[in-house]
Amino acid sequence: MIDRYDDMIAFRLFGIPVNWTIASTWIVMALLVFVSVLATRGLKTGMKVSRWQTGTEVVVGLLRSQIKEMAGDDPMKYLPLVGTFFLFIAACVLLSVIPWFKIPTASLSTTGAFAAVVLAGIPFYGIRNAGVRGYLKKYTEPSLILMPINVISDVTSTVAMAIRLFGNMLSGVLIGSILLMLVPFVLPLPMQLLGLFTGFIQSYIFAVLAVVFMSSVAPAADEGGFVETPSAEKELREGDVPSFRKDLKTKGE
Amino acid sequence: MDILTIIGAASVIAAGLCIGLGALGSCIGEGNTAAQGLQAIAQQPDEAGTISRTMFISLAIVETGAIYCFVVTMILIFSNPFWNYAVEAAAK
Repeated sequence: MIDRYDDMIAFRLFGIPVNWTIASTWIVMALLVFVSVLATRGLKTGMKVSRWQTGTEVVVGLLRSQIKEMAGDDPMKYLPLVGTFFLFIAACVLLSVIPWFKIPTASLSTTGAFAAVVLAGIPFYGIRNAGVRGYLKKYTEPSLILMPINVISDVTSTVAMAIRLFGNMLSGVLIGSILLMLVPFVLPLPMQLLGLFTGFIQSYIFAVLAVVFMSSVAPAADEGGFVETPSAEKELREGDVPSFRKDLKTKGE
Repeated sequence: MDILTIIGAASVIAAGLCIGLGALGSCIGEGNTAAQGLQAIAQQPDEAGTISRTMFISLAIVETGAIYCFVVTMILIFSNPFWNYAVEAAAK
């Protein structure tokens, strides 16, 4: 009943077996790239924009404002990585309603790879934010004796992220299949809806935790850190309107 | 009782205990979190956005214990290493 997607061969590419985890990851990737190309085609400023651009602006603006609130830092630094995490996991959740589709996030390999990226992101963004000294100083807080525990805590928190995402996605898939055996008619539907809801919350939480861990070493204020410009602050207060769309808002009123 | 029966019975009992106790603890924790969050929102409705966001993240972190138990239960039921070992040993 529990399908191990890592053991199920989808097809063979030049004699190399490709399992379902990789195959469905490629499908989701292709879908995301296709939609992104479609959405970002012909971006322009002004009054008349396409529906695709409006949708893109809503998503990107929301991600930006959320990352800004979480990291208190320049959101564009984290947006490419964290936004991709969020969109990928959310796309997997959305695709889990297709009965035969084997979502890649229900495999520990995928979520483990995500967690490995986040684990690599902690020193990357830490050194980028505060330099090597500033980053290493994080591990000696509050005292040097606690350094091993600080190092372990980085690893365990990212491993916990991987297992949390895996467990949630797997439980969603499992509840669906068990209920299909027990009560195949109406009951699986609300559980699927609940699965969609918790899945989206999990994708949000994964992204938020990634931001929190990766921005744990904040840039020093006097060493060329992110200076909060008045316009950025204003933008946040006005809601999720990106700066290049402000012309529309003022013209519209 | 042969060894396979003992392993099977022990695995099923352990799986039930694992998910039951794991869910118990984490449900109490999540209930406390949600109660405190709702109280905070009732006291400061203006901060509802910030409070509910932080609450959801805390809920997810509190939930981790139950998720670990779920994963262990799934391993015990569906890919039990001891069961597989005993089956292999019996086949020899």
